[in-house]
Amino acid sequence: MIQVSHLTKLYGPRPAVNDLNFEVKKGEIVGFLGPNGAGKSTTMKILTGFMPATDGKATIGGFDVFENPLDVKRNVGFLPENPPVYPEMQVFDYLEFAAQLHQVRGDLIKRAVSTALEKTALGDVRNRLIGNLSKGYRQRVGLAQALVHNPQVLILDEPTVGLDPKQIIEIRELIKSLGGDHTVILSSHILPEVTATCQRIIVISRGQIVAQDTLEQLTTRIKKGLIYSLVVKTPSPEGVEALRKIDGVGGVTSAGTKLVVELKPGAKEIRDKIVETAVSRGMGVLEFSAERVSLEEIFLQLTTVEQA
Amino acid sequence: MINNIWVVARRDFRAYFTSPIAYIIIAGFMVIMGWMFFFNLSHFNMQNMQYQQYNMGKGVSITEGIIRPLYGNMNVIFLFLVPFITMRLFAEEKKLHTIELLMTAPLTLTEIILGKFFSAFLLLAVMLGLTVIYPIILFATGNPEIGPIVSNYIGTLLLASCYLSTGVLFSSVTENQIVAGALTFAAGMFFWLVSWATQSAGPVWGDLLNYLSLISHYNNFGMGLVNSSDVFYYLSFIGIGLFLTHRVLDSYRWR
Repeated sequence: MIQVSHLTKLYGPRPAVNDLNFEVKKGEIVGFLGPNGAGKSTTMKILTGFMPATDGKATIGGFDVFENPLDVKRNVGFLPENPPVYPEMQVFDYLEFAAQLHQVRGDLIKRAVSTALEKTALGDVRNRLIGNLSKGYRQRVGLAQALVHNPQVLILDEPTVGLDPKQIIEIRELIKSLGGDHTVILSSHILPEVTATCQRIIVISRGQIVAQDTLEQLTTRIKKGLIYSLVVKTPSPEGVEALRKIDGVGGVTSAGTKLVVELKPGAKEIRDKIVETAVSRGMGVLEFSAERVSLEEIFLQLTTVEQA
Repeated sequence: MINNIWVVARRDFRAYFTSPIAYIIIAGFMVIMGWMFFFNLSHFNMQNMQYQQYNMGKGVSITEGIIRPLYGNMNVIFLFLVPFITMRLFAEEKKLHTIELLMTAPLTLTEIILGKFFSAFLLLAVMLGLTVIYPIILFATGNPEIGPIVSNYIGTLLLASCYLSTGVLFSSVTENQIVAGALTFAAGMFFWLVSWATQSAGPVWGDLLNYLSLISHYNNFGMGLVNSSDVFYYLSFIGIGLFLTHRVLDSYRWR
């Protein structure tokens, strides 16, 4: 449904997006994960035709985003970083306007707007001025605008930002329910959100894709680089040095009595060796535990490792 | 295409009336014009009475004495008012980020620009429509010629539309409405004042500057003539303003 190849965008000399290649199949829900400034929003703006790429190609539904922007835009619902809402309009009128802009047929507009209001639980505020709504409600109006013309593809930039926990759950359920019929790309830097709603995750950092996989496979990939933490009685530089020399140990960091031993990926079972070494050097092991690698750490690892 | 233009135009036109801006502009305009009309009329009456008293001849015609000055003044008022009408058209959209809605919807840039221009044009038409009361008063109490009145309306519509198109252009180059308004006013003044320079310029320069001046093309309309070259000039001016707007907005996408 969505194909991106060698997509590059330069802001002056600076590459915001650098040789991006990925694909999203019809009906998939894919999460775009990355730190601020990674290039998520830029990629989305290119896909929705808001700005052109410097190089590369992107197609949605077979239509080239650059050559056939109108065809692409007809099939896409976009929620930008800031919901594009007019404060002086009422919610219903605004959604009606959005529906008209997106070529919804005149007689179908009322129903389309009502459906969108229902899906985003905005029924109560349909006649309120958008300027009088809270940030969370405005965000929902922005989402409703993306849904109102029932597009095949939804591109959502941080859809749950500003929402309270209850609303977040509702929106996540909504997004999950959209998969299958619709193809969804959503971006976030809230990791649990991506794990909760997406089938596949694309991790992007500094304009480049650093990982593309389902969550399970990403976790397995990184799990191999396990981390153990020790609390010792008397830490010593020689002891720490000896630990570093163990075959399979990637690095040791020490903070007072707490030592953190990182294993190299693909390392064999060396827990016994670590404890043995620590004890034999006179450090005295008080606690030893394996730290589970969380998604946060996967994310940080992937996004802070220097690219070769 | 027309449909899309109308969708944009309608929204923007209604938006004018959900904030004080339209009401203030229309009210201010009518107050000033009403005042001018009143003073114009009383001066005219006094003048004609003097002519009659001292038997100085036929006196000034309604066309020369009331209609020409009235619409001439209206043009000056529009020079000041139009920036307030047009300054929000694109500047506000950029500030509120609603421009992203327009730019990612299946609309062409041309449709968006024409829609915006048309919404401002409609507001202008409303204002001009309200001034029809003055000719009505003149007809009720006197015997004016219909020709000059019609030509003045056409001319004012065209001239003010030139300001509108300049306003649309400058609204698209900045996020700041005040800057947009100021630039629009400055441009309007420039094309107005160009005519002053023609007096001191040589023959070639003089003709060129005269052609560029917005008001020199108005003279015929004032007298009751709808001259095709003047109409063409105004339409070209409007067209160039909107074309440049297209270029500006298109260029933003390339940054």
